[in-house]
Amino acid sequence: MQGNEACALGAVAAGCRFFAFYPITPAGEIAEKMSQLLPKARGVYIQMEDEIAAIGSVIGASWAGLKAMTATSGPGFSLMQENIGYAVMTETPCVIVDVQRAGPSTGIVSAPMQGDVVQARHGSHGEYAIIALAPSSAQDMLSMTIRAFNLSEQYRTPVIVLADETVAHMREEVVIPEEESLRIVSRKIPSSQEEAARAFLSPSVAPMPVFGRGFSAHVTGSSHDEYGKREASAPEAIDKIVRTISEKIESHTAEISETEEVLLDDARVALVAYGSCVRTAEYVVKRAREKGIHVGLLRLKGLWPFPSRAVSEALASIRQVIVLENNLGQLLPEIERAAPAGTETTFLPPETIATLHRPDYVLQHVVEAANK
Amino acid sequence: MITEAESHPLAKYLRKGAQPHTHCAGCGNGIVAQSFLRAVDQAGIPMNRIVCVAGIGCSGWIPSPFFDVDTLHVTHGRPIAFATGVKLANPELEVVVFTGDGDCSAIGGNHLIHAARRNIGVKVICVNNMIYGMTGGEVAPTTPRGIRTTTTPFGNLERPFDLSKLVIAAGGTYVARWTTYHVAGVVAAMKEALTRKGFSFLEVMSQCPVHYGRRIGITDPVEMMRWFQKQSITLEKAREMSEQELSGKFVIGKFIDIDVPELSQLYAEQFKVASRESN
Repeated sequence: MQGNEACALGAVAAGCRFFAFYPITPAGEIAEKMSQLLPKARGVYIQMEDEIAAIGSVIGASWAGLKAMTATSGPGFSLMQENIGYAVMTETPCVIVDVQRAGPSTGIVSAPMQGDVVQARHGSHGEYAIIALAPSSAQDMLSMTIRAFNLSEQYRTPVIVLADETVAHMREEVVIPEEESLRIVSRKIPSSQEEAARAFLSPSVAPMPVFGRGFSAHVTGSSHDEYGKREASAPEAIDKIVRTISEKIESHTAEISETEEVLLDDARVALVAYGSCVRTAEYVVKRAREKGIHVGLLRLKGLWPFPSRAVSEALASIRQVIVLENNLGQLLPEIERAAPAGTETTFLPPETIATLHRPDYVLQHVVEAANK
Repeated sequence: MITEAESHPLAKYLRKGAQPHTHCAGCGNGIVAQSFLRAVDQAGIPMNRIVCVAGIGCSGWIPSPFFDVDTLHVTHGRPIAFATGVKLANPELEVVVFTGDGDCSAIGGNHLIHAARRNIGVKVICVNNMIYGMTGGEVAPTTPRGIRTTTTPFGNLERPFDLSKLVIAAGGTYVARWTTYHVAGVVAAMKEALTRKGFSFLEVMSQCPVHYGRRIGITDPVEMMRWFQKQSITLEKAREMSEQELSGKFVIGKFIDIDVPELSQLYAEQFKVASRESN
């Protein structure tokens, strides 16, 4: 199964019943699959007039009580940024799949690049925190989309599935889990008017007063208090918002942003990778181990909030760190900051950006690092 | 002590603690607000079934936060897009958009024409004051030619949009235009919009004495409403007038009211087909 198709299956399994889209490559197959699956589940598939409208309708649908998602690629992701900030501000659960392609601008529509990593974190104006997951396989496209919904519902926040062209278009075996075995999280709904009134800015995430239940919810992208009441001039109000919506995510970094360690216990050299780069890294570790090189892999499954502590601990006994990214080093500063003192960090993009890392090329750098 | 606001027969529709309102003295928003609550009252629609979606601009502050309903106050230009999601996600809800001429015809023009084309059952109340009021009186796509605004100090060179015509051309199934002088027309049109299924567009020409009136030499709000009265031509009369004779006039009345299947109902029908085909 293709990664994009797996993403759609994951979304529906997670309970997604509203999907809005504007046509763009390489995310198109997600929409095709959703348009087939959703009507059978009495869910809405709609093609909007642009990506701004797509994310806008998704947020509207979420407030009307449905789990909702959109999918896009770089140019559309840029257009969505203002409303992603609105979703952050109004604590609206929703999922945005960004199948990264080569940019800037129109770029190359079907070439892999990890060019939107910083945009995913800081793309909307103002100060905030966000969750972004990085799938490395078609299987991940399914399971991480489910996880994205669970996290968005739990923390009442938009969650970004930061895929790339390679994992989206790759076809490989996908195990579809039994429905009963899935852990599905849904937002808490207030059980009383009193509970519904304090609908925002709780460090422990307030229940969501979805529309049509008599809660008279007041939802605004303007600065507001915990009752949703507009407080458009007091700096103290926006101070509280910025700190609370950031803290509710950052304080759960360990649970949200998972890492995976492969053969790091005895390693002196570590590759650090996420997204499609993980695939090359896994192969190189295997090849290098065959040569007797003590190399391991630290895989980042969640990029934002950045798992600083986990990275720091995983690299505690590593001397040489090689960071693989398909860009000019967007996550590198975070990794360098987290790496323990005494480790030497090398950045290794592919020889040609927007292609995959050549295994021999990475292996050569691993051998050199091991000999340092 | 009972305040004046609480003793008003429509006070039950207002959110507690949201007063005082924030509109300038003489603004037409108060008339639009009261007209809407009267229409809701007359139509007998329970407030817990209404969702108001507000854009950015003075018009957005009509429902937000003053009406005691679920309110989604969104980004500039996008309320119709958000409202489309709300309506499709829960077609039982009565989804009403409060927007302005800048919000729905400049930055949000694309969403307006596509919602009209889709015939999504969202009711759009566009308060057209022919200027950007909230940001300081800049020229709008609805500002007549020649008007001097804060950003057209030598006169506006562009031709204004006729919003009602635009929505009709885009496939709108209900389009009406009234002014804040014609309160009975506004209330009746709102009531009609609230009790029909399809996409409905009501354009209310409204006075902004602070930013627009000043520019045309009418700073008194009542005078501005008298000006609306003088400049308004009924649809019937307008049919017998030339384009030139109609220049600078406000054609008022109901332009179109036709029965076309509403989008969320079409979805409901397609769900049945899709589930049959999957069996």
